Amino acid sequence: MTSTIDRGLATTPVPRRDAPPKPSARRTKPPAPRGPARRPGLFGSTNGKKAVMAVTGAVLVAFLIGHMLGNLKIFLGAASFNSYAEWLRTVGEPAVPARSLLTVAEIVLTAAVVLHMWSAVSLARRASKARPVKYAKRRSQAGGYVVRTMRYGGVIILLFVIWHLLDLTFGAVNPKGFDATPYDRVVAGFAPARWWVTAFYVVALAMVGLHLRHGLWSAFQTLGLAAGRRRRFLDVFAAVFSAALVLGFVAVPVAVMIGVVK
Amino acid sequence: MKYTIGEPIRDTKAPEGPIEERWDTRRFSAKLVNPANKRKLRVIVVGTGLAGGSAAATLGELGYKVTSFCYQDSPRRAHSIAAQGGINAAKNYRGDGDSVHRLFYDTVKGGDFRARESNVYRLAQVSVNIIDQAVAQGVPFAREYGGLLDTRSFGGAQVSRTFYARGQTGQQLLLGAYQALERQIAAGTVEMHTRHEMLDLVISDGRARGVIVRDLVTGEIETHLADAVVLATGGYGNVFFLSTNAKGCNTTAIWRAHRRGAYFGNPCYTQIHPTCIPVSGDYQSKLTLMSESLRNDGRVWVPVRAGDDRAPADIPEEDRDYYLERIYPAFGNLVPRDIASRAAKNVCDEGRGVGPGGLGVYLDFADAIGRLGKTAVEEKYGNLFEMYERITGEDPYTRPMRIYPAVHYTMGGLWVDYDLQSTIPGLFVIGEANFSDHGANRLGASALMQGLADGYFVLPTTIGDYLAGGPFGDVDQASVDQALGQVTGKIGRLLSTGGTRTADSYHRELGRLMWEYCGMERTEESLRKALERIPELREEFWVNVKVPGDEEGLNQALERAGRVADFFDLAELMCLDALHRTESCGGHFRAESQTEEGEALRDDENFAYVAAWEHGADGVPVLHKEALDYEYVKLSSRSYK
Amino acid sequence: MNLTLKVWRQNGPADTGRMVTYQVTDVSPDMSFLEMLDVLNERLILDGDDPVAFDHDCREGICGMCGMVIDGVAHGEQRATTTCQLHMRHFEDGATVTIEPWRAAPFPVIKDLVVDRSSFDRIIQAGGFISVPAGSAPDAHSVPVKKDDADDAFDAATCIGCGACVAACPNGSASLFTAAKITHLGLLPQGQPERASRAVAMVDQMDLEGFGGCTNTGECTAVCPKGISLDVITQMNRDYLRSPK
Ligand SMILES: Cc1cc2nc3c(=O)[nH]c(=O)nc-3n(C[C@H](O)[C@H](O)[C@H](O)COP(=O)(O)OP(=O)(O)OC[C@H]3O[C@@H](n4cnc5c(N)ncnc54)[C@H](O)[C@@H]3O)c2cc1C
Ligand code: HEM
Ligand code: HEM
Ligand code: SF4
Ligand code: F3S
Ligand code: FES
Repeated sequence: MTSTIDRGLATTPVPRRDAPPKPSARRTKPPAPRGPARRPGLFGSTNGKKAVMAVTGAVLVAFLIGHMLGNLKIFLGAASFNSYAEWLRTVGEPAVPARSLLTVAEIVLTAAVVLHMWSAVSLARRASKARPVKYAKRRSQAGGYVVRTMRYGGVIILLFVIWHLLDLTFGAVNPKGFDATPYDRVVAGFAPARWWVTAFYVVALAMVGLHLRHGLWSAFQTLGLAAGRRRRFLDVFAAVFSAALVLGFVAVPVAVMIGVVK
Repeated sequence: MKYTIGEPIRDTKAPEGPIEERWDTRRFSAKLVNPANKRKLRVIVVGTGLAGGSAAATLGELGYKVTSFCYQDSPRRAHSIAAQGGINAAKNYRGDGDSVHRLFYDTVKGGDFRARESNVYRLAQVSVNIIDQAVAQGVPFAREYGGLLDTRSFGGAQVSRTFYARGQTGQQLLLGAYQALERQIAAGTVEMHTRHEMLDLVISDGRARGVIVRDLVTGEIETHLADAVVLATGGYGNVFFLSTNAKGCNTTAIWRAHRRGAYFGNPCYTQIHPTCIPVSGDYQSKLTLMSESLRNDGRVWVPVRAGDDRAPADIPEEDRDYYLERIYPAFGNLVPRDIASRAAKNVCDEGRGVGPGGLGVYLDFADAIGRLGKTAVEEKYGNLFEMYERITGEDPYTRPMRIYPAVHYTMGGLWVDYDLQSTIPGLFVIGEANFSDHGANRLGASALMQGLADGYFVLPTTIGDYLAGGPFGDVDQASVDQALGQVTGKIGRLLSTGGTRTADSYHRELGRLMWEYCGMERTEESLRKALERIPELREEFWVNVKVPGDEEGLNQALERAGRVADFFDLAELMCLDALHRTESCGGHFRAESQTEEGEALRDDENFAYVAAWEHGADGVPVLHKEALDYEYVKLSSRSYK
Repeated sequence: MNLTLKVWRQNGPADTGRMVTYQVTDVSPDMSFLEMLDVLNERLILDGDDPVAFDHDCREGICGMCGMVIDGVAHGEQRATTTCQLHMRHFEDGATVTIEPWRAAPFPVIKDLVVDRSSFDRIIQAGGFISVPAGSAPDAHSVPVKKDDADDAFDAATCIGCGACVAACPNGSASLFTAAKITHLGLLPQGQPERASRAVAMVDQMDLEGFGGCTNTGECTAVCPKGISLDVITQMNRDYLRSPK
């Protein structure tokens, strides 16, 4: 028989057992490790963090639905689209000053994104601590390609949102700049010459789609609402919903690029 | 091998009076320990199966300090986990005429009149509480649509009294006991030591006061002392190497206790289960049980002609011998375990066995599939068929299953009195480790019942009576040192031999020898041959075994070698017991003692006793007989024709 | 058949392990995976080498003692099968097989393929029981249980505590194991009084042991030898979130 040493891998440093006392006639061990001195509490616990992720995710999804519907108004013409943007800023007036509801929404959204990322990062770090030594060989059995895009997909979405805000909200990277109407900014932003912007949007939207493909039913599961037949339904629902959302969003830049909207 | 006859055992501590009242009488007469004192008393429980797990949990609940051991990495893995069929209890939920008395009667008769009436009656009484306890713990027994518990009938009984949780009754009951145990560990009353193996018993002043264990992870030898010791270490069927037991099942704990003075009761009583998946090659490490329920619809057959190696489908009806239906027309394929097992052996001995090595018979479902349809058969036995296919790679829907008998349960074990106390004061033995309440043959679904009866209800009462007689003073250091010396000496010897064969290969050879000469059928000649061969093999083992590594850290080969060494000694006593008992009874079939039809023939005049073996001063066994009287069940012989 | 085995060898908790390659010859397709390792060990011992340490006991798929990651899959690729029930006929002659221990910080390696799973016991200690001292139980028929509930409870209760779910989970989460017990007891009327406190205590203990959180990847249920369903995790999440902390 041959035996060759293949390769080395670092292993977890495991605390050595207490130095073994000499066998003595009176030896008794301390009681087995007991309950924790300090319990993690809701936000410290993995389940709690997941719940935060699910709730904030739901807020973000709600925003996306509204945002997509608003975007689709572009097909009703410039006036309709611009007045919608205007309405966003003036809604609630005169009961409250201009932009206040929008600002509230922006704060909620920002908080949601921050909390969402906080829980994602802290769970990811926990996970890597829970498996300090990686497998030499590993094969997924759940076929979870989508699942594996969640973490880096989220980061891509974040980068996209930053670009997107600079582009269409602040106009910093938009050819028309901040002073143009939203309609003009959209049309200019996705102009055929700037095909790469559209391409970037499409890629980012694909990521959003994948993120929601898993994230949607996962959120229900996390909140304890997805058992049994309900989960199979939610699974299909997540697929249909995220596809619809992506198509709804993609329609706008594509329409601009091919000249349907100009 | 020589032995001498010692004093008979006259008192088993069973109370006098009507049998229905004996357990109550005993409970009332038992001395109580006051709660403040319980906290000062320590009890060691070795084993965490149904017996040990339930005992440790209950003693902890009562307020004793308990130290518990098992060799696995968690108490939940004790081999009780593997029990499939179910657990008996005289609940009479079906109103089909069951009663404590009927369960008592069936068990005594099923044990072929070699069990104690008082013990069995108590077992039947307590059985009722076991189901209550298990249900309250959350054991998910099978239920009917009305929400009440379902039961089924099992071999050897005409009533439906077996409670079950699909094919995993043992698992569910053990998890119940395990959870109760973990609760006590959390409460601080039980100190659990997993991956620890008991290697010797500490006796001081004539009382059991502690154990020597090896921490299997560090290799450290530890001494644990207590006011009483309970052994619940399960059966020793692995003396045959191949059995339905787990790989780690061993005799070490009880054998060491036997060497220190505990009598060994009826070592030769072994149960052989007829429906196991047969051996497929020399590498085989373990045998898997297929539920007995398969015999309800499967037909057992072998080719008429020896050496007929055609595929089963190519053997026409007229060339098949449905031998159980032929020999036992009344019971057919449903004869009791021991009879079905022996019949299978006989046809294989005639060279008509099927499969590798000719050690197997067909269990054919073709008729059942034709009659009921494949779906119905699948519904009933689907998971068993799957398990069979997983192991053998053959599809039992299209090709008959092959089955063969395998060692399954040991009715023998350390002798205990009515209080479950061995002949060493302060040493209690429960579960399969004691010689138990099953006589010469155990009925299906009653081992789980016995283990839990012992652990939840009987021992916690009787051990209190013993402990109330304390305190027992300091442990004599010299006896601890002596035991420690023996343990380390044995380990050192095993490690230093440096021979040319592994412990496993000796175990395999010992097992084959036991199966051949002390298995399903025993004769004076075969037993004498075994008694000649075992010491030779043992001697060779001690000079030629090769155990790698050292005593530090995890050394699984060393663990195994230590167990094999004790199996050698036990094997010898089993053969001696089988040789001296020239009658046939239950699982013990002496070819010389059979009826004209080839059935077991008891000899009540000469053998209506428990054989309790003492490890004599110079190693010569001393036989003590405990006479068995039957006041409530009339002695009769079994017939299944 | 002949196989090349790449086996993780690690002398003790403090050792840095390594992969070692062995050739095994004359493997019978009818052998179980563990019997194949027995053959390897028999030869290692006779060659004066240290045999490969691995856990096992019942060898019939019920005790939960065995378990190794075979070619990147916990318990090997055959579904709903423990390592001891996996047979060599599912491997190809000449194949190279990689064998590693369960990898998770709360399962430190003791030696080679043997890991310490006592963290599971501590999760049960935290609340995986119904408090009912022996002798105090009412008659078993005093509380009927709906058959469906009893069946579902049974399904969850069949977990054998092997740890494959942890080994397979990309987050090293013990959610399937913990949830199986919470669900088993939470579905039965007997389990109601402690239901809320049980869920919180067990989840907290799981976190304290250092297991990761579940992100619903479903790897666990795919390798679980008892096919414990993701529904148990749903149930756990629900019970946890609805319980006062
Ligand atoms: C496959 C199978 C199916 C069965 N089906 C049924 C059935 O349907 N119904 C029925 O009633 N009975 C059945 N039985 C029988 C029944 O399961 C057993 O007799 C019973 O469970 C034994 O319980 P126990 O507590 O005595 O021992 P076990 O459950 O075997 O426990 C032994 C304990 O002792 C420990 N131990 C052993 N040796 C040592 C040592 N040296 N040092 C430290 N610890 C040690 C072990 O770690 C373990 O914890 C079946 C048995 C088998 C094998
Ligand atoms: C900012 C960058 C983002 C990062 C880093 C991120 C990361 C993650 C991660 C790691 C998960 C857990 C995946 C899992 O359950 O397996 C997740 C879940 C989710 N995400 Fe995001 N995400 C981001 C942005 C978004 C956005 C913009 C939305 C909304 C449109 C969103 C909606 C969701 C939803 C609904 C879930 C499911 C929650 C759950 O599983 O309980 N995420 N996200
Ligand atoms: C291709 C499709 C998209 C188009 C055409 C589009 C268009 C726009 C426009 C025109 C605005 C500015 C609105 C205004 O200032 O009045 C805007 C704002 C915004 N968009 Fe998009 N968007 C798209 C996709 C997305 C996606 C996928 C996300 C998130 C993942 C997103 C997140 C935002 C945010 C956060 C704002 C700022 C909202 C605010 O200021 O309150 N958008 N979008
Ligand atoms: S849930 Fe499945 S994989 Fe996890 S421990 Fe239980 S049986 Fe093993
Ligand atoms: S694999 Fe892990 S992420 Fe959740 S669904 Fe299973 S515990
Ligand atoms: S050895 Fe028991 S499950 Fe595999």
